[in-house]
Amino acid sequence: MTIQVIVRRLLFLITVVWSASTITFFIPRISAKNPVRERFAALSRSGGFAPADMEKIIAAYNTKFGLDKPVLEQYVDYIASIARFDLGVSFNLYPKTVIELITESLPWTFTLLLVTTILSFILGNLLGAVAAWPRAPQWLRAIATPFILLQGVPPAIMAILLLFFIAFRLKLAPLGSAYSTGVIPDWSSPAFIWDVVHHQLLPALALLLGSIGGWVLSMRGMGITIQGEDYVNFAEHKGLSGPVIFKDYYLRNALLPQVTGLALALGTVVTNGVIIENIFGLPGLGRVLGAAIGSNDFLVIYGVVLFITIAVATLMVFVEFLYPLLDPRVRNE
Amino acid sequence: MTTTTLDRTAFLQPSPMTLMGRYLRRNKSLAVGLLILLLLVLFTANGLATVDAENAYPLSVKTKQVPSVEFPLGTDYYGRDLYVAMVVGLWQTALIGVLAGALGTLVGVVLGFISAYFGGWLDAVIKGICQILTPIPAFLIQVIIAGSLDKRDVTIYTMAFVVVLLAWMGPTLVIRSQVLTMKERQFVAVAKLSGMGDLGIIFREIFPNLLPFIAAAFVGQVFFAVFQSFYLAVLGLGPLREPLLGNTIWNANGASAFFNNWWWWPMAPAFALVLILGSLALINMGMDEIANPRIRRTE
Repeated sequence: MTIQVIVRRLLFLITVVWSASTITFFIPRISAKNPVRERFAALSRSGGFAPADMEKIIAAYNTKFGLDKPVLEQYVDYIASIARFDLGVSFNLYPKTVIELITESLPWTFTLLLVTTILSFILGNLLGAVAAWPRAPQWLRAIATPFILLQGVPPAIMAILLLFFIAFRLKLAPLGSAYSTGVIPDWSSPAFIWDVVHHQLLPALALLLGSIGGWVLSMRGMGITIQGEDYVNFAEHKGLSGPVIFKDYYLRNALLPQVTGLALALGTVVTNGVIIENIFGLPGLGRVLGAAIGSNDFLVIYGVVLFITIAVATLMVFVEFLYPLLDPRVRNE
Repeated sequence: MTTTTLDRTAFLQPSPMTLMGRYLRRNKSLAVGLLILLLLVLFTANGLATVDAENAYPLSVKTKQVPSVEFPLGTDYYGRDLYVAMVVGLWQTALIGVLAGALGTLVGVVLGFISAYFGGWLDAVIKGICQILTPIPAFLIQVIIAGSLDKRDVTIYTMAFVVVLLAWMGPTLVIRSQVLTMKERQFVAVAKLSGMGDLGIIFREIFPNLLPFIAAAFVGQVFFAVFQSFYLAVLGLGPLREPLLGNTIWNANGASAFFNNWWWWPMAPAFALVLILGSLALINMGMDEIANPRIRRTE
């Protein structure tokens, strides 16, 4: 991979980040909704009275948040503040900043999604490769079928089915939340860590079962194509053993397009993660987003969406940088 | 020398119905998918004809009833009859799916044709926008759009529209690549040489050949529209009063249905969505076979 390619990818990344921030800036401004007014309306609804000079208060807050400036000036300020990693403050949990909320919740989301995505990628690709491999035993090839059938079921639905059958009926797992109620978080105690893991098992299973089928299906298709290739026939005629052909000739080549698939799937992974966290009540970015939507906390909604978007776009470009490590042809270009 | 007259009917093609029946017997996934979809349509149509749709809204029936003869799917905390909510919810889900699916496919086909057939800077712009939007998770942008709308303005139709805004890139790229290959085929060259205009070539030569791809893209779009609008509703961004399937799950989740032993509340919509999305996925797999004759099975 040459410097030129790297520079081109980085420029593309910057374009994507800029487009995403522009979209998150302009869409809310097209609507007539004023976040400050909305917030005060909600407060006066729940409080039961509206202060006499509410309009003055709203105007004061509009000035404070810069909402009374011309849109273009606001846009420049906004892009400048993003470059400083400043995403504003939460209305609901004032004076917490959006960045603070994100850094607190990110480790939960990151761990859950990293573990499930890697597991589902490895398991799905192995199952798919075996399903298309004519020499594999019949029973091993048949394992893939139920996963392909599950492919149409989104993880959120899987989550509800698992909650009902495993947590509610069989009582094998908790019904949600990050750890048992009344437990004080203490990351040095093994009992607490086990409690957390125990609570993460069902969400992880939902994400895994909901995403594995896609890998099985695409890898099986890939495998069928690769079997007809000349180099696989040649390896067979050379008399190489089955496992060697499977690993070095068949799997290695079939995996290359799957890595591109992994980069493209990152958006779906994050989307599913957001919904799963809300269904299980886990403390992560998705839950922060869900709570912000519920309480009209606009800056948090925009900030979290922008953060996830930038993270996904950056990861995508980096997965592409992994490509030369896997494919010597690209490395030598 | 004698000539025998053959019975002409022995050579006639079987009726289209028989042919379709035979095809469905070969293409199992298409047949099963269509069957499930048909059952769902019958369930919804029968329900809409027999129930009082008012009971799908809060404060209409006794609250928190376990499924029984009177309430086949139980009732929820807010006093909705969940069977009626299911019927109305299925109808609304179908409406969003078909509307957003049709609109998205239409935009995709038009842009894909323009981009591939005319090329040049138009192609560069359309392709560039698609490429930049690909790494941005569409769902999150939909969250921003749906979140910026006034809660009172959110209806089934605005949901469909929000979904379409970020769903046309897929069909655009598919149609674009198909037109690009088709435009180089000989029949197009012949049409050009015989003096046919651009519009004539697009509509009389290329378009009919693309119909299987467009049909497959449509089914894919309906799947995505149902999926995305469901996820938006689960986050509480749907039309809050309507008994949309995702809204029912959002309500049940907000009221901690499983903690409170109201297990029937989220289960029925979950199963309904498994059936809807499952049947659409099966139909999509079956359509693949029509669009890609290479993997078509023979009798």
